[in-house]
Amino acid sequence: MNTDGGRPSAPSGHRGTPLTRRTVRWLDRRVGAAGMARKALEKVFPDHWSFLIGEIALWSFVMLLLTGVYLTFFFEPSLEKVVYDGSYEGLRGLEITRAYDSALDISFEVRSGLVMRQMHHWAALVFVASTSAHLCRVFFTGAFRRPRELNWIIGVTLMILAIVNGFTGYSLLDDQLSGTGLRIAYNIAISIPLVGTWIASLFFGGEFPGPDIITRLYVIHILLVPGVLLALIGLHMGLLVRQRHTQFSGPGRTEDNVVGERVWPTYLAKGLGMFFLTSAALAALGGLAQINPIWLYGPYEPADVSTASQPDWYMGWLDGALRIMPSWEFRAFGFEVPNPFLQAVLVPTITFLLLFLWPFLEARVTKDHAEHHLLDRPRDRPVRTALGVAALSFYTVLFFAGGSDVLAVTFGIPINVLFPAFQVLLVVLPAAAGYLAYRLCKELAQRDQPGGEHHAREVAPPAPDSGESHRREVAPDDTPERQPAAEAGGKPRR
Amino acid sequence: MSDGVGSEGQVHEGQQTSEKQASDDRSGDRPSRSWGERVVALAFTVAVLAGLALTVVYSVGGQAQLEGLFLAVALGGIGVGAVVWAQRFMPSEEVTEDRIELGSTDEEVKAFTQSFETGEESLERRSLLVKLGLGALGALGLAAVFPIRSLGPRPGRGLKDTGYAEGVRLVTVHGRPVRPDSLVPGTVLTVWPEGHEGDADSPTLLIRTGAGRLQLAQPTVDDIVAYSKLCTHTGCPVGLYQQQEQLLLCPCHQSTFDVLDGAQPIFGPAARPLPQLPIGVDDQGFFVALGEFPQPVGGGFWDRGR
Repeated sequence: MNTDGGRPSAPSGHRGTPLTRRTVRWLDRRVGAAGMARKALEKVFPDHWSFLIGEIALWSFVMLLLTGVYLTFFFEPSLEKVVYDGSYEGLRGLEITRAYDSALDISFEVRSGLVMRQMHHWAALVFVASTSAHLCRVFFTGAFRRPRELNWIIGVTLMILAIVNGFTGYSLLDDQLSGTGLRIAYNIAISIPLVGTWIASLFFGGEFPGPDIITRLYVIHILLVPGVLLALIGLHMGLLVRQRHTQFSGPGRTEDNVVGERVWPTYLAKGLGMFFLTSAALAALGGLAQINPIWLYGPYEPADVSTASQPDWYMGWLDGALRIMPSWEFRAFGFEVPNPFLQAVLVPTITFLLLFLWPFLEARVTKDHAEHHLLDRPRDRPVRTALGVAALSFYTVLFFAGGSDVLAVTFGIPINVLFPAFQVLLVVLPAAAGYLAYRLCKELAQRDQPGGEHHAREVAPPAPDSGESHRREVAPDDTPERQPAAEAGGKPRR
Repeated sequence: MSDGVGSEGQVHEGQQTSEKQASDDRSGDRPSRSWGERVVALAFTVAVLAGLALTVVYSVGGQAQLEGLFLAVALGGIGVGAVVWAQRFMPSEEVTEDRIELGSTDEEVKAFTQSFETGEESLERRSLLVKLGLGALGALGLAAVFPIRSLGPRPGRGLKDTGYAEGVRLVTVHGRPVRPDSLVPGTVLTVWPEGHEGDADSPTLLIRTGAGRLQLAQPTVDDIVAYSKLCTHTGCPVGLYQQQEQLLLCPCHQSTFDVLDGAQPIFGPAARPLPQLPIGVDDQGFFVALGEFPQPVGGGFWDRGR
C-alpha cells in the first residue's frame, strides 16, 4: 500500500532485478563508488522557486544539445551555389548557397526537421533568457559573495558564450536576415582600432562576405563554444555541489547548515520533472509558434535589406546601442575611431567587465569579506538592488531602442521623435527606477520590523537578513518549533 | 527492501519514517491522496498515448504542428506525473545538513607545501635545464601562434577599393548597362561596376532626383546622382529612398542622409556622408564611372584616412 522510496525508479538498482543489481555490483567492484553514490543521493538541496530558473537554463541547454545534434546531420555549412529545387514554390529556380538550401530542406524536406529546427531556436532563446534571469536572481540575492565569486565568474562567462553561440547559430543559415547581421558584425569588427581589420580579415577569410565565414561559424557553433559551455556548466555545478547551495534565512537556517530536501528521491524526481516540463514547453513552442521563417527572408543578397530587421532578443540591447548612441566619431593620433566601436564594442566590454568584477567591487565598498551562505532579500540591500534595477532599466531602454523602426511603424511615432526620447530615457529611467527601487526597499524593510531591530545586522556581518522571523539563528537541535519530521533525518553529515 | 547495498538500509529506514510522517501529516486526507495517484496515472497514460500518436504522425508523413503538440503532451505528461508524484508521495521532510569548512586546514596546507617543496628542490638543482625547458615550451608556443595567420589574407587595399575605375560602366545586377533616359524622375536603381555584379562592396544607388539644386563634390550627369549604397555606420544597404523629402534611410539603424546635399548624414548614428561616385556618360550613352569612390565605402576603420 505504502509507496516506498524504492519503487519510483528501477535503473539505480535498489530493488531492481538481479541482473541490474549484478551489473551495479560488477561496476562497483571495479570503481568502488557506493560511498560516493550514497553521498550524492543524500545530498541536501534547499528549495525556493527562484532556484528553478537556473534549472530551466540547464534543461534548455540539454534540449539545445539534443536538437542541435539532429540538425548537424542535415545542415551543410557551405557557400557553394546550387539551384533550389525543393518543395517551397517561392524560391524554386533561385541560385542559393548550400547552407541556405540545406536549411530549407531541414524545414520542408526532412520529416520532423522543422519541429527540430524551431525547437532548437526556441531553446536558444529560452536558454539565454533563463541564464539572464538566473544571473539576476544571483545578483539580487547576493549569492555571488564569498565563497561563490568563482562560480559567478563562470556564470557570466556562460552567459556571454550563450549569447555568442546564439548569434553564430542564426548567422549560419545565410538568409537575408542572418547575412545582414553578419555584415554588421563585420563592420563592428573592423571598427576596433589597430587590430580590427586584421581580426575581420582572419575571421572572414578576407573582405566581407569572405569565403570561409560560414564554415568557421559552424565549427564555432557546433564544436568550440558548446564544448566550452559543457565544460563550464560541469564546473559550475561541480562548484555548486562542493560549496553547497545557498538558502534564504528562516527558522533553523543558519550560515552553518543547509536545510532542504535530499536528492534521492524527491529532489531528483522534481528535477527530472522540470526537465520534461521545460522540454514540453519548448516542444509546444517549436511545433506551434513559428520562428525564424528563413524561406520568407530569402537568400542573402549583399545589396538588399528588409525593414524590421531585428536580431534575436538577446542581441537587442546591442542593436539599440548601435541606433541611439550619439554619432560621435573622432580621430586619435591621426587614426579614426569609428562610432560602432563605442556603441558595440565598448558598451558590451564595459558591461561584462563590470559583471565579472562585481563581487570584488561590492566586497571592497562594503568591506564585507565574510563567507555568506544565507541569501539576502533584495530589500535588505537597497543600494545593490537600486544599482541592479538601474542597470536593468538601462539595458531595457537599449532593448526597446533596438526595435525603434518597429515601434515607429506600430505606433505611428516618427523616428526622429523616438530617438531623442530613447536618448533621454536612457539617462533618466535608470536614475528614476534606481531611486524608486531604493525607496521601495527601505519601505519594505521598515514594514518588516515593528521592533526596529534591523540595525543588528551591521553588528553581526554573517547574518545580513532583517525580517523578524529571520532573526532566529538557533541550531536546529534546540529549536523548539522544529517539526519532528525534520529531526528524524536531520543528522548532520558531510 | 533492506537487502540493498550495505549501509543503505539505514537510509531507507529514514525515508520510511519520513514517509509515514508525511502521510500522518495529511491524515484524514485520503481522498486527496487517491486524487494524487489518479493525476499521476492520468498524466503518464496521456504521455503514453501522445508518444504513440507521435509515431503515427511521423509514419504517415509528418506534420510540424501535430509533431510539436504530441511531443509537448508526451513530455509534459511525464513531467507533470513526475512532479505530482514527487510532491505528494515522496518524502517531503526538511533535512538539515552541516556546511563544511571550504578552505583546507593549516595542517593540510603545511603537508602540501612540504611535498611540493621537496619536489621543487630537486628541480632547483638543475636550474639551467629548467630554464631551457621553459624556453623550449615558450618557443613552441610562439611557433603555434603563427598558423593563425593562415586564416585569412592581410587586410590590404580591399577595404578601400571597389570594382570602379575610370570608364567602367554602371550595370544592373543582371549586367545590363544603364542610360540616363531610362531613369524616370524620383526613381532609384541599384547598380554595380561592370564585371562585379552583386559584389558586396560595390552596390551603388543611382538616383534621378528630379530636383534642380544639387550640392555635390563630384561630377555627375543632369539631376542624377550616384552614392555608395553602404551605410557609413555599419555597412547596411541604405535601401529606403524617400522621394518627397529627398532622403535616404538605412533600415538597420535609421541613419538618414540628405540626397540633395552630398548624402550628408542628418539623423541617426552615421557620422559620415555616403561616398559619391563621379559619373559621366560614354560615347554610346551609357553611364560610366569617372573613377573610384573618393572615400572608402561602408563602415569606418582605423586607417581609413590613410
